[in-house]
Amino acid sequence: MSCAPPCWEHFEHGADVGVRGLGRTPAEAFEQAALALTAVVTDPAGVAAREAVAIRCEAPELELLLVDWLNALVYEMATRHMLFGRFAARIEDGRLEATAWGEPMDPVRHAPAVEVKGATYTALAVRRREEDGAWIAQCVVDV
Amino acid sequence: MTGYRSRLQREGPNTWVIPPEGDMRVPAVVYASEDLVRDMDEKVFEQAANVAMLPGIVQAAYTMPDAHWGYGFPIGGVAAFDAEAGGVVSAGGVGFDISCGVRTLRTGLTRADLEPAKEALADRLYAKVPAGLGSTGRIRLDAKEMDAMLRGGAQWAVERGWGRPEDLERIEERGRMAGARPECVSDKAKKRQRDEMGTLGSGNHYLEVQEVAEIYDPGVATAFGLRQGEIVVSIHCGSRGLGHQIGTDYLRRMVEAARAHGIRLPDRELACAPIRSRVGQEYLGAMRAGINCALANRQIITQLAREAFAAVFPGVELELVYDVSHNTCKEELHRTGAGERRLYVHRKGATRAFGPGHPDLPEAFRAVGQPVLIGGSMGTCSYVLVGTREAERLAFSSACHGAGRAMSRSQASRRWRGREVVDGLAARGILVRSPSMRGVAEEAPGAYKDVSAVVEAAHQAGLARKVARLVPVVCIKG
Repeated sequence: MSCAPPCWEHFEHGADVGVRGLGRTPAEAFEQAALALTAVVTDPAGVAAREAVAIRCEAPELELLLVDWLNALVYEMATRHMLFGRFAARIEDGRLEATAWGEPMDPVRHAPAVEVKGATYTALAVRRREEDGAWIAQCVVDV
Repeated sequence: MTGYRSRLQREGPNTWVIPPEGDMRVPAVVYASEDLVRDMDEKVFEQAANVAMLPGIVQAAYTMPDAHWGYGFPIGGVAAFDAEAGGVVSAGGVGFDISCGVRTLRTGLTRADLEPAKEALADRLYAKVPAGLGSTGRIRLDAKEMDAMLRGGAQWAVERGWGRPEDLERIEERGRMAGARPECVSDKAKKRQRDEMGTLGSGNHYLEVQEVAEIYDPGVATAFGLRQGEIVVSIHCGSRGLGHQIGTDYLRRMVEAARAHGIRLPDRELACAPIRSRVGQEYLGAMRAGINCALANRQIITQLAREAFAAVFPGVELELVYDVSHNTCKEELHRTGAGERRLYVHRKGATRAFGPGHPDLPEAFRAVGQPVLIGGSMGTCSYVLVGTREAERLAFSSACHGAGRAMSRSQASRRWRGREVVDGLAARGILVRSPSMRGVAEEAPGAYKDVSAVVEAAHQAGLARKVARLVPVVCIKG
């Protein structure tokens, strides 16, 4: 792992893509994982934060919460035809409350590479990294 | 959990076995050449061995020559379960893109007919068939029509004017998967599909105009209606947002169901539910509705392709050769060592390949076996194969589905630029139309395994036999 938190990266998975967020808290790692998700489709820096969408999820454990969070974003992207470039999340007692900021997808400007079908339980992990205590939130997404 | 590769035992030129050990209930069987096995990710063998640990699995966990690392089940995986023996159904064993598949249509045109109008046809097809992320169709379904579509599949589409009644005979399940339960499909899944009917999607999905470049089995080719030099159209796509959301919804429910039913999973990604459980039955009902959505989708795209052809080549008729699905779980009767059994056969990135005489085949193919349509990657060739009798014994009548990726998307996009890929293909006479140059780079032909090697291994192993090779002329890329 190369980047210094908060940051995100992709990891290799045969046909699909692994998304990984790193942060000082689980919530920050979730925000970064969401950026990694957007980056599967387009450069997150090219997405303007023009509209806010509220997202809430609940799960009995952090790993399931990560899958639910990414799938909620996949759903909002698909049904609103939007891309998101900025995220603010709060996690308390298995509940995630977040805002995703973005704009309607512009095929020319965003040049989307591929659609994300859903988040999977493959290579799923939400844990602290030993060397610096940073939180990692990751899984493979199907494209 | 590592080291499965070292346990592979070669049983034939294209057959390898991992004998059961530990929690494996049955062996894992890999059909591939030595070269393909060498290039397979270790994870393929680990995932196949994990599938072999699931309750109620029958005979073996099989992988096809194009197998690669998936989520839970490998892509290119086949596994059959017996409900009577506590067998399970798994959303990850079907995949997110339920009933993703390929259909091929004959045009009656030759390369010489096509060549002068190639650009015009490519433009017309690209304008007609929505492709790429966020593209929407013109069809909007209200709640009642959505449910009718989910029950009726391609039959529903033909009744509404997309296609002809004779198309239905040339589709698996005659265009309509029985047992669909739209009430088991979430509102979210239906909402995701609202404006996606008749769209290709993105990733490896495409519509290609191809030439029949080579015939290997003239007799079977004639039965399929394929002639050397003829132009055909192949459509590769699936159940769009609806299928993806069904996969998402039920994977999540199965993570909890597996726990509730006391199923010990080697990895959570294998989430499954007993076939005879509420979640299992609801998934089967929803998944069958997803199959119908994919069949309706390919039927609508067929109609759009017909309209595009008619505009460029007035009077030309596109006749369906066949339509196959390669991400499904189907209830089928199979002869096994323990007699004939009713099994739930998961095929994830694997094509059904019924041999000659199978009662489910349409009259036209009953004597020869079913067409097995193998999609290549953009710019490489595709194949038509035919099912064999021995494939039932080998892998519950299943064969490969495509080339399979050899390289990840990020590696591919670092290595190639979309524009260069498009120009390179154009120099070889292949026209590509796509909304996304990054998508094209990620789908570059070099990012895939050699489809010919995959097909040769399937042929040699006896899973299906080669009938014809198709080469691309125009590719509309999602």
